[in-house]
Amino acid sequence: MQPLELSGVAKTFTMHLQGSLRLPVLRSLGFSVAPGQCVALTGPSGAGKSSILKLIFGNYRCDEGSIMVRDGDGAVDIARASPRQILSLRRRKLGYVTQFLRAVPRVGALDTVADALTDVPRETARAQAAAMLARFNVPERLWNLPPATFSGGEQQRINLARGFLPETPVLLLDEPTASLDACNRDVVVDLVCERKRQGVAIVAIVHDDPVREAIADTSIDVTRFAAAA
Amino acid sequence: MSALTDEKPLLRTDNLTKWYGRRLGCRDVGFDLYEGEVMAVVGESGSGKSTLLQLLSAQIEPSGGRILYRLRDGSEADIWQMSEPMRRFLFRADWGYVHQDAQLGLRMGISAGGNVGERLMAVGWRNYGAIRTCAVDWLARVEIDQERIDDTPRTYSGGMRQRLQIARNLVTAPRLIFMDEPTGGLDVSVQARLLDLLRRLVADLNIAAIVVTHDLAVARLLSNRIMVMKAGEVIETGLTDQVLDDPREPYTQLLISSILPA
Repeated sequence: MQPLELSGVAKTFTMHLQGSLRLPVLRSLGFSVAPGQCVALTGPSGAGKSSILKLIFGNYRCDEGSIMVRDGDGAVDIARASPRQILSLRRRKLGYVTQFLRAVPRVGALDTVADALTDVPRETARAQAAAMLARFNVPERLWNLPPATFSGGEQQRINLARGFLPETPVLLLDEPTASLDACNRDVVVDLVCERKRQGVAIVAIVHDDPVREAIADTSIDVTRFAAAA
Repeated sequence: MSALTDEKPLLRTDNLTKWYGRRLGCRDVGFDLYEGEVMAVVGESGSGKSTLLQLLSAQIEPSGGRILYRLRDGSEADIWQMSEPMRRFLFRADWGYVHQDAQLGLRMGISAGGNVGERLMAVGWRNYGAIRTCAVDWLARVEIDQERIDDTPRTYSGGMRQRLQIARNLVTAPRLIFMDEPTGGLDVSVQARLLDLLRRLVADLNIAAIVVTHDLAVARLLSNRIMVMKAGEVIETGLTDQVLDDPREPYTQLLISSILPA
């Protein structure tokens, strides 16, 4: 099997506070991602692109279908896995570069990034975090400061460093280049190409056309899977 | 499937129920908790979350259901089938309990060092020098200045008292810690410091924890899993980020939509 396989996935939100309004988002969603392949999700805002990444990460609950993530010789279905299994899978198999940094009060930038690596000694994690921050051109004088007060662009680079640090076989990217300067955009493109060469399966949302052309092997228009409201 | 399947839970409960006469405390609570897992119990006042914490920490006896705890030798014991001294020993050595009101968890008349040392003596430490060294080390870990070791907690601020209570609880290297609104009543800056400290200590020591809180931000920061309670029953459970970002139950949606954005 492939590192990631979705089939028959459906998702509807029920808003109980708005008179149990039902908002169907996706239905019959299915695709798979091969090692070293980057699949770009396309479609207008609100089509459900970010929801797909959240479903794969187990952040949103899946109503129907299966989301299989390869684990050793078998696979785990995120749609049915226990919280404990999902946490273990996230740690070992599933990377996720979110759109925004969720900063923890008092925790410095370097530790914020290093916290993404849980299964290595702390000093190793900090050394790798430092290398990644340098790669994203975050000045060293910021490393020990909590990112809550940083500019939006600086926070985004900290978030990218954190998201790209774990080398997992499946990687989800949500707008990794939004509002980055050209130089840091190239860093993202280089990193993604590196991971592809290592055999990582990638699902990406990228609005920037040149970046998408540089990293994506195939595109999926998610409006095909939009659930009729 | 993976290495997870052969590991056994530290704490198991099923059908845990408490009636106070005809009034319901909580009903049919069941879950497994593994080493290193942090579970938050959220809900409004009167939802049964404090009753549940008292039940789980064996401070009150359940009306029904059972609590199984895995001892250090690997065997599993029913909390209410074991002897009273055994239960007390667990509470002293293997568990910690952090009260919202630090005065309930500390001895206000003895020094900070004494508060930490007392827990060590309760598990058999006798060497004064070793106890003092360990107490100094723990006070440093909770960021209390060594010069304050001989002062009583009466002279401490609210945040310091709470940090001292945490040191007193963690010094015996417990495997399971119960926390009842650990940041309740503290200023936000003091709260942030305490949360950061708790988050780090729990992760470093690989302790399992059950945190009762009405503050969803605290739950998000500290816990991996969440249990939402209403009127004595568990209405929703799951991964913390899943329940907070994709709440399913009407009451959970109400709780989450009621938070004021900062």
